Amino acid sequence: MNWRRTRAMARKEFLHVLRDARSMGMAVAIPMLMLTLYGYALTLDVDRVPTVVWDQSQTALSRRLTAAYHGSKYFKVVGYVAGYDELERDIDTRRALVALVIGRDFAQQIDAGRDAPVQLIVDGSDANTATIAMGYADIVNQTFSQELTDKQALRSGYEAPKIPLDLRPRVWFNPELESRNYIVPGLIAVIMMVIAALLTSLTVAREWERGTMEQLISTPVRATELVLGKLVPYFVIGLLDMCLAVLMGRFLFHVPLRGSLLLLFGMASMYLAGVLSLGLLISILTRSQLLASQFAMVLTFLPAFLLSGFIFAIANMPRVVQIITYVVPARYFVTILKGIYLKGVGLEILAGPAALLAAFAAAMLSLAIVKFKKKLA
Amino acid sequence: MLKHNLRVTAMFQRVRQMLIKEFIQVFRDPKARAVIFVIPCFQVLVIGYAVTTDVKHVATAVYDLDNSVTSRELTARFVKSGYFDVVASLDDPAQVVAVIDRGEATAVLHYDRGFAADLRAGRTAQVQLILDGTDSNTAGIVLSYAGKIAEDYSRQVLVSRYRKSLGAITLPGQVDLRSRAWFNNNLESREFYVPGVIVIVVTLVTLLLTSMAIVREKEIGTMEQIMVTPITPAEFIIGKTVPFALIGFIDVFLVAMIGIFWFDVPMRGSMALLFGGTSLYLMTTLGVGLLISTVSQTQQQAMMSTFFFFFPAMLLSGFAFPIANMPQVVQYLTYLNPMRYFLVVIRGIFLKGVGVEVLWTQLVPLGIIGTCVLVMATRRLHKTLA
Repeated sequence: MNWRRTRAMARKEFLHVLRDARSMGMAVAIPMLMLTLYGYALTLDVDRVPTVVWDQSQTALSRRLTAAYHGSKYFKVVGYVAGYDELERDIDTRRALVALVIGRDFAQQIDAGRDAPVQLIVDGSDANTATIAMGYADIVNQTFSQELTDKQALRSGYEAPKIPLDLRPRVWFNPELESRNYIVPGLIAVIMMVIAALLTSLTVAREWERGTMEQLISTPVRATELVLGKLVPYFVIGLLDMCLAVLMGRFLFHVPLRGSLLLLFGMASMYLAGVLSLGLLISILTRSQLLASQFAMVLTFLPAFLLSGFIFAIANMPRVVQIITYVVPARYFVTILKGIYLKGVGLEILAGPAALLAAFAAAMLSLAIVKFKKKLA
Repeated sequence: MLKHNLRVTAMFQRVRQMLIKEFIQVFRDPKARAVIFVIPCFQVLVIGYAVTTDVKHVATAVYDLDNSVTSRELTARFVKSGYFDVVASLDDPAQVVAVIDRGEATAVLHYDRGFAADLRAGRTAQVQLILDGTDSNTAGIVLSYAGKIAEDYSRQVLVSRYRKSLGAITLPGQVDLRSRAWFNNNLESREFYVPGVIVIVVTLVTLLLTSMAIVREKEIGTMEQIMVTPITPAEFIIGKTVPFALIGFIDVFLVAMIGIFWFDVPMRGSMALLFGGTSLYLMTTLGVGLLISTVSQTQQQAMMSTFFFFFPAMLLSGFAFPIANMPQVVQYLTYLNPMRYFLVVIRGIFLKGVGVEVLWTQLVPLGIIGTCVLVMATRRLHKTLA
């Protein structure tokens, strides 16, 4: 391997990137855009679920229950309906996600000491929101029932009741359960994959399509030099994106960075080397930009987005899919990112995933070099 | 008259030739054939299996210093709920930190000594639940499960205490909440996400193919050859969009079939409406693809621009993140997003089985956006071609 040739190759590639200002701009803008969207606009949290009430009881007690729903921060009563048809229409047109149906004899039943059924109809098409809304409704009802019981007990001369069991939750690493804190670190892994998918996956295929590969073949440059030279500029862009992401996370979104910054960048470099080599490998194997773009989507971006534990927890996936995630490098990087960012742990705990990342990078790089043939078709 | 007929015949001839050329170009390469049809299937399988926000079997460690019948009984209630799996029993505070740091457990139940004694004496007994908050969505759901279990237990103890001390008084009844989820009884996230994949796949495939295929001609210089042929811009556009529209329809069909027959996603509405909605939506994606091709010089630029459009459109469509939870300003912005309407249409057809009478509110904006984009794209393309 010759350093001079590698440098020349890298310089040529740099010029390519710099000359195409628009692609370069987008390589920086797309990550920023994603970070901003995730940081500000996107959340799986549910609050103020629009609710309609069908109150057949029309008593003080039923109105108190409705008020308990509206007063909780989880539900917003957007209207009252007088029948099943209206209720159905409101849910079909998505005016309400939840309908509360209070039966005619609600108050009588409760006063008589019997349990009074209340129906909660939830639009289940968004399963996540529906599950959370049902959990909230449980809490509202329990609190309501408890208050009724306590009042009655007080009236009957029982001294102020003490709650028997006090569950004290303590959420470590992210006490306010900010989704931002968990999304932003994970997003860094996705962003780097996007760079690999969008930039490197086309770079060799482009040379083949335009015919400039023949010129390259006629030079004394070797496969190793070509691959390394092609990687360098994108590596720099990737690190630049990483810096921007870390800075935005810190100063815009106030995501705590509890571990070592040095370790963070060390790991990022390793991951970047791996994914960029993978992008290059795709480009070498397909020789067509259209194909490479499609393959890159499926092999880099999609797994990083879906199978890395970035948003969808791996533990909740079926067993087979969990096994597949072991070959997704983003999985390890997401673990590392969350470990460094939120848990503040170091290499002593992250050694396993770090070693696997290194192995992935080495494998992809050598595969790209081996697969690159300096031959015409 | 005859002259006119001849002209029309010639036009059809040219369009036909153009279409044949495009089809050959797209399908010549066996790899390309695979990519166009295998990739959507792969996507729907991965998303169908991987994308789940259901939380069950949370890995839980128990740090029980009380080790009494009562504390064990409460732990058993957590396990019986189906949401918590006990994976370890700890006997050292250092272990609590270790299992959470290593990610071996997401939750730790911690009873202090005297838990059972407190409960027996009528004092408030404390249980601590330590949660790994790095995944805030899971943690939030686990928290509400645990809260419910604790409240249930609390209430039982309290009611029995009241009864013991007050004798046979009538305590007010409880509100017995019976929840029913419509359209998706078991609340499977899969039923929510799989129909959505149709939107993602169609958008991505048609956008990328249209924009890159045209720019490719520019990049490798064959555009000049096309320009010297008698083909008109309109014929060129038809030739460049019809094959990709066809691929779009086939992909919709493939993904829908996998969803229905493999994942058992219910198809309650009309298949015809599904394809009708798809046609309206394809006007937009093909139009945007054409627009991107007019502003891009290289395939790299076309691909980057495609994603520059695709990412925000996908994230702000309600595919995974509910629009209702976004800030108000962003919610207004989503009205410009064609994906948003198509998603509602698709989910409405699949899960709710509603028809045009409900979905026209989505179909109309979809048609308007599609027409605008397509008109804009052809105008611009005319300019670049002429």
